[in-house]
Amino acid sequence: MHNRTGEEKIWTALLYGVSGLVLFFLMAPILAIIPLSFNSSTFLTYPLEGFSLRWYREFFASDSWLRALKNSFIIGGASAVLATALGTLASLGLARTNFPGKGLIMALVLSPIIVPLVITGVGFYLFFAPMGLTATYPGLILAHTALGAPFVVITVSATLQGFDLNLLRAAASLGAHPVTAFRRVTLPLIGPGVASGGLFAFATSFDEVVVVLLVAGPTQRTLPREMFSGLRENISPTITAVATIMILVSLALLATLELLRRRNERLRGAKH
Amino acid sequence: MSIAATGLKAELRRAERARKRRAFLLVLPLLLFLIVTFVIPIGDMLRRSVHDTELAGVWPRVAQQIGDWENRSRLPDEALFAALAADLAESRENRSLATAARRLNYAIDNGRSLVFGTARKLPDSAGSWKQAIIEAEPRWGDVELWGAVAQASGPLTGFYLLQALDLKRTAGGDIVSVPSNQAVYVDILLRTFTVSLVVTLLCLALGFPVAYLLATLPTRLANPLMILVLLPFWTSLLVRTAAWIVLLQEQGLVNEAMIWLGLIDQPVRLIYNRIGVYVAMTHVLLPFMILPLYAVMKGISPAYMRAATSLGASPTRAFVKVYLPLTAPGIAAGALLVFILALGYYITPALVGGAADQMISYFIAFYTSDTVNWGMAAALGAVLLTATLILYALYNRLSGSAGMRVG
Repeated sequence: MHNRTGEEKIWTALLYGVSGLVLFFLMAPILAIIPLSFNSSTFLTYPLEGFSLRWYREFFASDSWLRALKNSFIIGGASAVLATALGTLASLGLARTNFPGKGLIMALVLSPIIVPLVITGVGFYLFFAPMGLTATYPGLILAHTALGAPFVVITVSATLQGFDLNLLRAAASLGAHPVTAFRRVTLPLIGPGVASGGLFAFATSFDEVVVVLLVAGPTQRTLPREMFSGLRENISPTITAVATIMILVSLALLATLELLRRRNERLRGAKH
Repeated sequence: MSIAATGLKAELRRAERARKRRAFLLVLPLLLFLIVTFVIPIGDMLRRSVHDTELAGVWPRVAQQIGDWENRSRLPDEALFAALAADLAESRENRSLATAARRLNYAIDNGRSLVFGTARKLPDSAGSWKQAIIEAEPRWGDVELWGAVAQASGPLTGFYLLQALDLKRTAGGDIVSVPSNQAVYVDILLRTFTVSLVVTLLCLALGFPVAYLLATLPTRLANPLMILVLLPFWTSLLVRTAAWIVLLQEQGLVNEAMIWLGLIDQPVRLIYNRIGVYVAMTHVLLPFMILPLYAVMKGISPAYMRAATSLGASPTRAFVKVYLPLTAPGIAAGALLVFILALGYYITPALVGGAADQMISYFIAFYTSDTVNWGMAAALGAVLLTATLILYALYNRLSGSAGMRVG
């Protein structure tokens, strides 16, 4: 039935108009900050004065920004690897069978997502400061692993839902050791899911600043932490260059996740 | 039943148990890791909100003797005053006087100057310490003051939790409101709730039409639009906050656009106040509203709306009576999620808000690293964590485990 009444037309127009404005609101900050990073002026205002790469040069000439970039990758990378290992193992256990207390364990495993970051950070700081773990790389990596692992569990568990356990039975009946079966059958099939989980964990660490504020020392400052200081004092246009670089990293993460999602769908489709 | 059958049954049970054990062993590493790095530290932090040995640590004699002070409507006797004198002398010696002074300053008006003043004026020896101490600082002759010292001596104290709600315990043990010039925490709690609620409502108002559009458009058109939601979602919080500072500043694009449109003559202040907090937080949390709403709307068959209109309902009536109730689970899940996340916000208000816009997380961090008042940080943390967990339980009940999928 497609007799579009006037009333319906008004609603549709309103829907498109409002949605368009909201989508514009969502994208505007990102679109506004990128051109400023190529502006030659020291003022963060429009209209642009002229094209210049000077803020990128300043970024790459600054020891503190470069150290922050390096720290972000070290801490993000190490915590993502740890979180992926722990989270994937846990997902395999949680997917397989029911055991007593499973609901409680699941709630606990996911709780770092829900507990406010400042509580996680203060708890970690007060507990690990006497042991000398604050203001160290291992301390920060451990804290970020706890924050990233739940995302690995969510992602890998979702992948495992489509996993056919008969494949493992087939492998076992053909004489494969469980470890071999995991390596040759399970891992290739859930691989995209595991990789997505790792990327989620990396992105969590890459974006995190509250725990870093509380736990990191001056030598472990990450990009968001350095940006936080920069935004509190007077804002240099170098920040717009950093922001653009971070947007590029986000874009790369998002694109990789989309590729992994498609690959995962293909693997699932091939099964049926 | 034959012997073989019971044997097989037992074997199956054994195999099942072994399977469960193996599954549990796989979960164990993460479980232990989170218990050590997350659960125990937070538990230890919460302990600090009720367990307080700071004063007892530097004034052990006072802490011990004060337990023997039974009739709390009368001044304690010589033994406790002598203990105070000995502890004061010792903490002057080993430089722990500042700790005692700081701790008593939370419990007593001008407690700091009282402690330092007494220590300075105290004679080396005295026939009656009670007389000497009250002579040095007459306030020690006040029963109320000793009541406060007794409460501060721990080890268990409700002081911080009560203070987090602007309450205190009198020397007599009654719980009363603190004087209005000291009452700050209820204001902070109300402010945190107000900001979270306004942001949630803004997200709902802005997110609903977008989710509806995405759910009803053909996939070919909806997918590219979805990127416009996901890209900001994936962009760093700091990047988005920086962008809002640039956009909302006095010479920012928003002010210039409004002047150009003739809406205003002079630039208005849009940042370092509540407006900035609302705009930036709504922007950051909007995807958390759109995604659950979208998931629920995607599952609503268009046949319902067609049925309603074919039965004679106007499009508006069909939408309000049929579609809207079906989206209720999505609205509840999205609103609770946004509200829970907003409650714990720290970075965005700290960067785009003014002094009067800081939320509870800011004060937890402030008491932890700036003033080293860990008891107060822990008490405020306990309040925030309790509110969060109650709402999370509600969220879980409403949305089931599927609601946990973020992104």
